[in-house]
Amino acid sequence: MRWTWSAGFASELATRQLPLKRLEPPQPSRGFSRALGDETMTPVLGKDLVGLEHLSPEQIRLVLDTAEPFKEVSERPIKKVPALRGKTIVNLFFEASTRTRISFEFAEKRLSADTVNVAASGSSVQKGETLVDTARNLEAMRIDMVVIRHPSSGAAEFLGRRIRSNVINAGDGKHEHPTQGLLDLLTIRDKHGKVDGLKVCLVGDVLHSRVARSNIWGLLKMGAEVGVCGPDTLMPRGIEELGVCRFRRIEEAIEWADVLNVLRLQLERMEKGFIPSVREYYRVFGVTLERLEKAPRALTIMHPGPMNRGVEIDSRVADGPHSVILDQVTNGVAVRMAVLYLLAGGRPELADAAKGGSSE
Amino acid sequence: MNRALVLRGGRVIDPSRNLDEPADVLIQDGKVAGVGRGLGAPDGAEVRDVRDRVVAPGLVDVHVHLREPGNEDVETIATGARAAAAGGFTAVCAMPNTDPVTDNQAAVGFIVRQSVRAGLTRVYPIGAISVGQKGERLSEFGEMVGAGAVAVSDDGKPVVSSHLMRTALEYARTFGIPVADHCEEPTLADAGVMHEGLVSARLGLKGIPAAAEEIMVARDALLAGLTGGHVHLCHISTRGSVELIRRAKEEGIRVTAEVTPHHLTLTDRACERYDTHAKMNPPLREAADVAALRAALKEGVVDCIASDHAPHAYDAKEAAFDDAPFGIVGLETAFGVAHTELVLSGILTLPELIHRMSTAPAAAFGLPGGTLAPGAPADVLVLDLTDSWTVDPAAFCSKSRNTPFAGRALTGRAVLTLVGGKVVHQADAPVAQ
Repeated sequence: MRWTWSAGFASELATRQLPLKRLEPPQPSRGFSRALGDETMTPVLGKDLVGLEHLSPEQIRLVLDTAEPFKEVSERPIKKVPALRGKTIVNLFFEASTRTRISFEFAEKRLSADTVNVAASGSSVQKGETLVDTARNLEAMRIDMVVIRHPSSGAAEFLGRRIRSNVINAGDGKHEHPTQGLLDLLTIRDKHGKVDGLKVCLVGDVLHSRVARSNIWGLLKMGAEVGVCGPDTLMPRGIEELGVCRFRRIEEAIEWADVLNVLRLQLERMEKGFIPSVREYYRVFGVTLERLEKAPRALTIMHPGPMNRGVEIDSRVADGPHSVILDQVTNGVAVRMAVLYLLAGGRPELADAAKGGSSE
Repeated sequence: MNRALVLRGGRVIDPSRNLDEPADVLIQDGKVAGVGRGLGAPDGAEVRDVRDRVVAPGLVDVHVHLREPGNEDVETIATGARAAAAGGFTAVCAMPNTDPVTDNQAAVGFIVRQSVRAGLTRVYPIGAISVGQKGERLSEFGEMVGAGAVAVSDDGKPVVSSHLMRTALEYARTFGIPVADHCEEPTLADAGVMHEGLVSARLGLKGIPAAAEEIMVARDALLAGLTGGHVHLCHISTRGSVELIRRAKEEGIRVTAEVTPHHLTLTDRACERYDTHAKMNPPLREAADVAALRAALKEGVVDCIASDHAPHAYDAKEAAFDDAPFGIVGLETAFGVAHTELVLSGILTLPELIHRMSTAPAAAFGLPGGTLAPGAPADVLVLDLTDSWTVDPAAFCSKSRNTPFAGRALTGRAVLTLVGGKVVHQADAPVAQ
């Protein structure tokens, strides 16, 4: 009798698991307008943008090139093109974010998509449960794209494997933040005319930084030399094996680099014992004007924001002539427009036309 | 009493007596009555032709989680015992991290009673080291042993206090039971979810360094040396632990150790793509660790294989990696995985594997079984080593399906499992209860 019951349980389980196990091939071309190109072509970025680790240099270059024509849209008096008209996008933020969420929202609105913002929070277990249920609910509502930020590494990939909609990772735990990596690449390319051959050093808390991981992959793929600098307590063990140079002193990093990308130091790292004090961190690792003045060349200064002035970066450096920190923010909108456009199946060579709206 | 049974013409492997030869096995009154060629069948005896099969003492697993009491939706003692029987195990030891914790004689007696009621694989209770597994006060070892406990452990949690570990090792000596420890230095492991290494760096997941295990292995060996107690180290996972155990054994310290089939066959790369079925504690380590663990098992530095069978609800693992629980089920895949990966690849001989999965664990925990010596309980296993099968979690007898081996092609499985002479599993006809 119990055996029968057990078999019943098994079959019930099989039924209940069905929607979770369904891994459909990517079908983002469903319902595209002709302006976005041929419905049968394979989208150039695949279904989702989860990270830069698995993108090819050609795909990265394509996003950067596609972002170029979109930059101009934000300079118009009427900042709106019809490229994503009729598309519904959900911005699903399980973690507080102002800059990234607004940047995505502007990108979506300037492409004429319909957007909904969802902010969720709760304990970590609740988040896990919510994530599965959220995936099912989004699937049921037939939305076209999801932009997700989540405190757990892998959350974007988790969602992407469970829904047909395109998923864009807007930061998952300590894993990746690919649109930040792309906008950093675009900003470097704008400033230096190239990425290839440049020496770019990431300074600070690489261990906990998704920005650092996306930068490392993107920069390496685009031919840059990558350095990392910070205390060992804030470096993943074995980071050199990814193909980056390791600096333990900020002076050495400054002497080596063409570009410094200064990472935000989360103030709770001090409470967790990774550094003794913010004061000492600034004295030992702070990117200060005095240190930069000793450099053999003028270094381009970047920061993904939000900045802790006087912690990881000197205000005079952040506001100085070589800072491109606000250019990063501007480029963020263009890069995100490019990513949304390409994931929706837009053809890169039509980006110029799409933004004009002539072919809609 | 059951009819007598003759298993005719199999390859009989009994590591307890260095036996590996074609022979018949006679089972009478629940005991092994004889092993030899051309044994006559008593009147009315059932004779089974087991030519081309291996007859061995039933497998013994000193580390399983059966979730009863407290989480019967996920596993019960009966379903766990059925899964064990299907996997060829005739005895398993149930860890005490139940709800409520198995930390007193009544709770221990409950598990014994449920095991007897199920009438399948023998389930031996392990009592908690500390009351409520809180790591503070010793549980009543004497009463728990009186009720049937065969060891004590706070598994699931490490014994953080070295003083508590010391007193547990000392106090357990009176009762002749091992103290089994889950070796993990909690401040170092902190909120880690996988092995600390290059893969964790890439995935952005918090790592558990090998040192978190090795610090506690070293401490436990030192305390076993200090007290003369018997420490059993659960699910060893690092090459550093292997070296520490080797040294302790050379010094004559009473230490035994187990390793799981997954730590012998998988690495941290299984966590790529955030596969939560590869999330376990201790975490899957690196290829060099797997190689060291295999060599240690061959040499006997690590004594035995234990499954660390840890059932979880199907939807608990459907979560972000950080949020999923640790652990996988293993009773029904343990032999197939070990045989395919260790014997067919030439690392262990079949008698060595049977030794590490039956005779050695029985000896480490002082359990009956692990032998086909005449007079021993007829806990007997018949294996088909040519049976190639594919792991299908939906077909598990366990209530849970959380395994990283789904879809894996394996060779070798139990076709007949006898406990005390009674058939508890038959491959061609599942035993209804």
